Amino acid sequence: MSDDIYREIILDHYRNPRNKGKLVDADVSIHDSNPLCGDEIDIHLKVEEGKIKNIKFEGRGCAISQASASMLTEMVIEKPLSAVKEIAKNDILENIGLLNLGPARIKCALLSLKVLKMGMVRYYTDKDPESAKKLDEDTKLY
Amino acid sequence: MMQKGTLSIPKIREDFPILKRKINGNKPLIYLDNAATTQKPQSVINAICNYYMNYNSNIHRAVYQIAEEATIEYEMSRKKIAKFINARSTNEIIFTRNATEAINLIAYSWGRANIKNNDNITITEIEHHSNIVPWQILAQEKGANLQYIGIDDNGYLKMEDCKKCLQNRNKRVGLLSISQMSNVLGTIVPLNEIIKMAHDEGVLVLVDGAQSVPHMPVDVQEMNCDFMAFSSHKMLGPTGVGILYVKEEILDKMSPFIGGGDMIKEVHKHKTVYNDLPYRFEAGTPNIADVIGLGAAIDYLNEIGMNNVREHETNITSYAINALSTIKDVTLYGPTNADHRGGIIAFNIGDIHPHDLATIMNSHGIAIRSGHHCAQVLMKRLDVPATSRLSFYIYNTKKEVDIFIDVLNEARRIFRI
Repeated sequence: MSDDIYREIILDHYRNPRNKGKLVDADVSIHDSNPLCGDEIDIHLKVEEGKIKNIKFEGRGCAISQASASMLTEMVIEKPLSAVKEIAKNDILENIGLLNLGPARIKCALLSLKVLKMGMVRYYTDKDPESAKKLDEDTKLY
Repeated sequence: MMQKGTLSIPKIREDFPILKRKINGNKPLIYLDNAATTQKPQSVINAICNYYMNYNSNIHRAVYQIAEEATIEYEMSRKKIAKFINARSTNEIIFTRNATEAINLIAYSWGRANIKNNDNITITEIEHHSNIVPWQILAQEKGANLQYIGIDDNGYLKMEDCKKCLQNRNKRVGLLSISQMSNVLGTIVPLNEIIKMAHDEGVLVLVDGAQSVPHMPVDVQEMNCDFMAFSSHKMLGPTGVGILYVKEEILDKMSPFIGGGDMIKEVHKHKTVYNDLPYRFEAGTPNIADVIGLGAAIDYLNEIGMNNVREHETNITSYAINALSTIKDVTLYGPTNADHRGGIIAFNIGDIHPHDLATIMNSHGIAIRSGHHCAQVLMKRLDVPATSRLSFYIYNTKKEVDIFIDVLNEARRIFRI
């Protein structure tokens, strides 16, 4: 069972995270943590022409939370915001290949999506209150 | 009472129904999270069932037979507790919801009446959140100074810090609130010496005994603490019961914490005459069934003998520390000498995050804790986001430690370290 979770791709993203670091010209930077585990994720977003032009993350925590964040950045970079805001829980679990995580560990996997959506709430607050509201509701699901 | 050295672990294990449980198909449960809560022997479960099946009723007032039986059993638990920690009288024992509520009771009742602007409240870097947050709230409300006694790199309290924090030149009211045993490092704090030092300066002392009382002989008169808080569910008893010990002369001057039924003698439209000790501090219907269950847990521990509990845990802790020390990339926290610590071992291994290790352990039926253990101040001091933790009790065996070590090696293989 644990061999299934800690596959090569998870360990690879944990040890060699993609898009990790700060983003000096970020439009939005946002932080959250998982109070149960203490996993922490910061996401920095640069938005241009309705697309995620650049994304970086910082964080510390378990292999699942950090690998999931790394894989999420690859999933959304250069993608239009309209598509990114539709990403749901199962898209993440499929992306990291862990569809059978228990209730405690699923929070680790979804933390980065929660932080990304929190960042988008902030980005949309003035520009598109309707989308901001919808995204804010999403963040409460994870 | 059993003689020293006759502790039969296989026989003890028979008394705990949950130890027959299998996890993930066919793996026996190896429960190594006893600092969080302990398992319950059949006698405790029976005592609770027996109350609900045969004499369930409210205590202290009704005159019929089953209510009288319930009152007697409830008060019998108070007697057992008083004897267990060697209190002078049952008037010094108050039942709360948990150890956290017991500490809060002191912060709200004694603290609000006695702590004033610029008074010192001293705690330590090893405290559990339950012995930090109530004092932060009180200090903020009163403008008092909250100060910390630090630890050295081996997890021992710095005695020079202790002296400095307890100095009380202006003879103001002061409080030291301190754990007897760290819930992360396992460090046993030399309280007799520290309490004497505090009293010499006129500082009162609250002992957080949540980790110590279940695992070693504790004598409140010998230690001479003023207050002590501990918890039923960490000593084979049910959840939902905490115990607060307060020296009677201090308790008698304290104002009630919660008002309501059972804590009163007379209630008039605009004033109330409060009940005698200890009932003045137990408003409302208490957790009758679980207090009675705790009584059965105390009986069970007395039967084994607290010296035997301590000896078993010292042995198994030494064994586990030795085994862990031989594994590459393991960092152990806290004193390495098992005589200076309880059966709690915090560690990290390579770059495997504690949550990932706990997930791998779980797939082998092993329950260990991972995270900050409600001690974020200590985690910051150790400069780690989290640790793994195993903690033992009377039913744990060296064979379980061996299986744990095997799985630790498997975790290294999975993570390729």
